[in-house]
Amino acid sequence: MTNSSRISQTFAKLKQAGQLAFMPFITAGDPDMAMTLSLIQELAQRGVDLIEVGFPYSDPIADGPVIQASYTRALNRKLKVEDIFAGVATLKTAELPPLVGMVSYALLFRRGVDAFMARAAEVGFAGLIIPDLPADEASEAAALAKKNGLDLVQLIAPTTPRDRAIKILNAASGFVYCISIAGITGVRDQLPPELRDQLAWLRQQTKLPLAVGFGISKPDQVDVLRDVADGVIVGSAIVKQLDALEKGGTREAVLSEVGKVAGGLVTATHQAK
Amino acid sequence: MSTTTTTGAATSQVPDDLGRFGEFGRRFVPETLMHALEELTAEYARATQDPAFQKELDGLLSTFVGRPNPLYFAERLTQYCGGARIYLKREDLNHTGAHKINNTMGQVLLTRRMGKKRVIAETGAGQHGVATATACARFGLDCVVYMGEEDVRRQKLNVFNMRMMGAEVRPVTSGSRTLRDAINEAMRDWMGSVQNTHYIIGSVVGPHPFPMMVRDFQSVIGREARRQCQEIVGRLPDEVIACVGGGSNSAGMFYPFVDDKTVRLTGVEAGGRGPQPGDHASTLTHGVKGVLHGSYSYVLQDVDGQTADVHSISAGLDYPGVGPEHSYWKDSGRVDYVSITDQEALDAFQTMAKLEGILPALESSHAIAHTLKAAKRRSPQEVIVVCLSGRGDKDVYEVARLLGRDLG
Repeated sequence: MTNSSRISQTFAKLKQAGQLAFMPFITAGDPDMAMTLSLIQELAQRGVDLIEVGFPYSDPIADGPVIQASYTRALNRKLKVEDIFAGVATLKTAELPPLVGMVSYALLFRRGVDAFMARAAEVGFAGLIIPDLPADEASEAAALAKKNGLDLVQLIAPTTPRDRAIKILNAASGFVYCISIAGITGVRDQLPPELRDQLAWLRQQTKLPLAVGFGISKPDQVDVLRDVADGVIVGSAIVKQLDALEKGGTREAVLSEVGKVAGGLVTATHQAK
Repeated sequence: MSTTTTTGAATSQVPDDLGRFGEFGRRFVPETLMHALEELTAEYARATQDPAFQKELDGLLSTFVGRPNPLYFAERLTQYCGGARIYLKREDLNHTGAHKINNTMGQVLLTRRMGKKRVIAETGAGQHGVATATACARFGLDCVVYMGEEDVRRQKLNVFNMRMMGAEVRPVTSGSRTLRDAINEAMRDWMGSVQNTHYIIGSVVGPHPFPMMVRDFQSVIGREARRQCQEIVGRLPDEVIACVGGGSNSAGMFYPFVDDKTVRLTGVEAGGRGPQPGDHASTLTHGVKGVLHGSYSYVLQDVDGQTADVHSISAGLDYPGVGPEHSYWKDSGRVDYVSITDQEALDAFQTMAKLEGILPALESSHAIAHTLKAAKRRSPQEVIVVCLSGRGDKDVYEVARLLGRDLG
């Protein structure tokens, strides 16, 4: 089985059971890879369906203060891309939820897109999200992802016109990352009312699962999406827990807090439709 | 990404519809911004075809900015070097004291055409922030300027000026707290405000259409200089010199000369304290091809692709990237890029002050410093035109500090 089909299988199984997928986001290497690997194990034990692993980047323009600060902490400790790959390589990824890398194009381009993807597939990633590679520029990356057995997830924003969305869907694989709000990542109290309409429209255009991210942090926000989405992505609300380490909190306490937040969202997403 | 390389002669017929200057440029931004960039590209194309737009811009450049500014024969600087005749393109005489206003007037008119009421901008030295605040005050638009905390410290005068004109200056405390982080913060603002806000980028950087549009608005510098040189000297110059941070004054100065193959073009980067990583901002001299701030160009970064720290005495050159058209000019060999150190720039600042009665901006002092070297190697029959991109008033506190003088 190629890595990429693991993502479709995960969504297919949940759909059959009438459940949403829950995909938490964590930053690789904040504060170190040992903690990241512990977090992955903790999230897996809590029953999450996929795990998004953010590769820290020096200039993340789509990210809000929480994830940006987390990236900065990791980079200040001299985290290298290869440290992330080497750490993930120690995991038995076949027994874990599929791992999806969130990587800025600057990092892929520097190593070589093909070489980066080959290494990501080798250590067990199932797919990649490249937040600053719009579909217009993604044809070569999409072909290389396919060659390496990785899904290349495409993003659709609230500002994406419908004719553009159709072009993007043609380049997508794995699932579609639906950005809930025009803005950066971070916790929001409410999701915009137009979101449901856009998801309903997208549902008619593609068979790919629709996962919603940006701004989601709470189980009651999951309820709003239950009948129009196939999954939810939560980042800042999880990553925020790592702040505690800077203020003298223990790793055990942080793992338990992350587990609690994730557990609440697993319960909410796995509640039958 | 395609692997074509830039070979052969450069042409002025760039970029193409995808925003490519040879292999450089294009758009590497989050999907949230893509529609706004497509709209901006279309609106800019309509504006360039609209005689009323050009007429309004020309009128503002004439009566508000004070163009055309002179091409001035620097007689004593020429005597001092004992070589080529040196002519200064006096962008320092523009309203607000630098070339930046050429671009902000154009982009504010575009903002109005698009019906947007709010403008954001980043600034390094503060000149672009002041020029944006000025244009917004003139047209009654809301204005927010992002500025690195380190630059807020270095450029107090410009911060005060922006606030006087009604702009909100937001100090940026993330990352290196300089221009690069100010651009990140402006981009983040734009991600959430793109429906009612225009982002006036201050240099020829960022995703298409910005590098093309800012070059076009700044090209008034080179068009005037080219015409003035023909009027005064009777022919084109032998060499044109300008400083390069992001590269807007140099792009505007060089572009009208690109197809004049007899004219040597030289861009001057910030050499800082020396060639060690982190000590300079010489992106074209020491950088690699990569992606930063939405475009593919030369960039200073580490082996992983993380943006490197840079240093320059000049806040306006303190940037780890460069406009994609400069990368195209570098690889095609059309423009030579050289470095000038902090100390050489500081010396040139003082030489200009004493010999010509002109305080140049520290950015422009880099171009002057290289001009002093280049003029010495040329004969008195030859002509160098150098872009004096801005005046040095904003830098006097920093220069005084570096010279160990107390301004009280």
